[in-house]
Amino acid sequence: MSGTPHLLFLFTGALLFALGLRGVFSTAPPLRRIIALNVMSSGVFLVFIALAAAAEGGRPDPVPQAMVLTGIVVAVCANGLALALTGARRSLDGTGEEEGP
Amino acid sequence: MSGDLVMALLVLLPLAGAITAFSFPRWGPRIGCGVALLTLALAVRAALDVLRQSPLTGSLGGWAVPLGIRLRVDGLSAILLLLLAIVGLFISIYSLQALGPARGTRGRAARYYWPLWLFLLAALNGMFLSADLFNLYVTLELSGLSAVALVALAGTKTALDSALRYLFVSLSGSLLYLMGVALLYGACGTLDFELLAGQVTGPPGWTAMALMTAGLMMKGALFPLHFWLPPAHSSAPAPVSAALSALVVKGSLYILLRLWFESAGGGLTQGTLQLLGACGAAAILWGSLQALVQERLKLLVAYSTVAQLGYLYLFFPLAAGGGVRVWTGGLIFLSAHAFAKAAMFLSAGNIIKAAGHDRINDLGGITRVLPVSVFTIGLAGISLVGLPPSAGFVGKWLLLGAGLQQGQWWWVATIIVGSMLSAAYMVRLLSHAFIRDGTATAWKAVSPGFEWSALAMAVAAFLLGFTAKLFESLLQGVVWIGGAQ
Repeated sequence: MSGTPHLLFLFTGALLFALGLRGVFSTAPPLRRIIALNVMSSGVFLVFIALAAAAEGGRPDPVPQAMVLTGIVVAVCANGLALALTGARRSLDGTGEEEGP
Repeated sequence: MSGDLVMALLVLLPLAGAITAFSFPRWGPRIGCGVALLTLALAVRAALDVLRQSPLTGSLGGWAVPLGIRLRVDGLSAILLLLLAIVGLFISIYSLQALGPARGTRGRAARYYWPLWLFLLAALNGMFLSADLFNLYVTLELSGLSAVALVALAGTKTALDSALRYLFVSLSGSLLYLMGVALLYGACGTLDFELLAGQVTGPPGWTAMALMTAGLMMKGALFPLHFWLPPAHSSAPAPVSAALSALVVKGSLYILLRLWFESAGGGLTQGTLQLLGACGAAAILWGSLQALVQERLKLLVAYSTVAQLGYLYLFFPLAAGGGVRVWTGGLIFLSAHAFAKAAMFLSAGNIIKAAGHDRINDLGGITRVLPVSVFTIGLAGISLVGLPPSAGFVGKWLLLGAGLQQGQWWWVATIIVGSMLSAAYMVRLLSHAFIRDGTATAWKAVSPGFEWSALAMAVAAFLLGFTAKLFESLLQGVVWIGGAQ
């Protein structure tokens, strides 16, 4: 691994990851914790890309890029589920009863 | 049918079933049970192939490794595939009645149950077939997402709160794991289990292992990261609780076993393994004590899962110097817990159906209404406590033997104390059902079909120990397990 730009991306990724992790386990409202999850996953993706760019021979390694693409698809699905659950929970607020829709 | 096709079908069939069941909700129950039955046939076929010519490997669509996805079944995967298929079939049969057709008041839960349950089966089958760490991430995430959605099925406030809490733990756990995957790829240039063997060294390798282990401990509910499990497992419908406790938590454990013993093989440090064992020991004591004081039946069963998972982490320090015998013990214990816990959660579901609640103190006299369910809980309890000749006993016996042989007496002491505690909470539960006279008389009837599928699993948990030879011959073919001898 050579060159400072890669290292910069690597450390930024790690920092974002740590910040996101801190946010997910805070007592913030669900929406902010979902955003924290996204910050966390952006951190992971950044690390993947930095490692791909740092591949030997000067040419970027396509395998981590493919992994990031798959990771983004998974993250979109996870976000959809998280938002749907938050929405369903919010619609029960104030109804007082223990009944679903 | 070639091995490639068997492996591809193990993932494709439940996946196709899930999509069909989603599009035609009315057929959901039939599709679900049909797929579960075929999956069992495929798993048996894969296990027979492994016994003959271990292990099975294949590449999807003929694309070779760095571009393609490699699938593989060795003895360890074969055991877990079989376990998943058998427990899955019983849970499907139970769900047939528990959730009924996709109409009426319970329609919404029944409509989404079958597709989600089949997605979960596909994800777990995929996990046991994967040969590389990134593919495992995808299956880990898929199983986590379908499990969260299953917890939310009931649609109540409690269910949604538990599902959200579970979701946050599950997603951050898999991101920790993914970060480890990135670092390992950067350090070793491969993510294949076999190719990684012996390459996981130096600070990047160990940071990666630490991140992945932390993530998997969260998803696998190992003490002290177990806090999400009791509410999530106890607020779901009975078949979902059974699937989560019996199968889903075992997925993370399976990945940990592969990571630590197959990939990190050479560089294992006894200190790290002892640390995992210590977490396991704490889980056994804390989980059992919590189970002892719970007022609700389903929470008691859920805390018992926290404790029983502890034994599986005690397995780590014992397996390092153990060889096939210890691995046989560990996997029999794992399977016995899967059967016994599924049987217990399904029976707890029957009791809730009959009584309308699950407060242990008010369950006096339930034996008269649900003799088979109470018997099932008792039988499953014998295996959880580890009384002979149940499979729980065989598993614990082999682990105890390994502990004594290796001079790790502190784990032996933990196993014995843990067994006494689990006997205590089982006796407390059963004494309420048997001895006390019922105050409430308004029990609702429960159809016998519910009781018998749970009983079948408790019987399996009891008799499983007699198949130890099969476990042993499957595990003997795994190079990195036999090689440790």
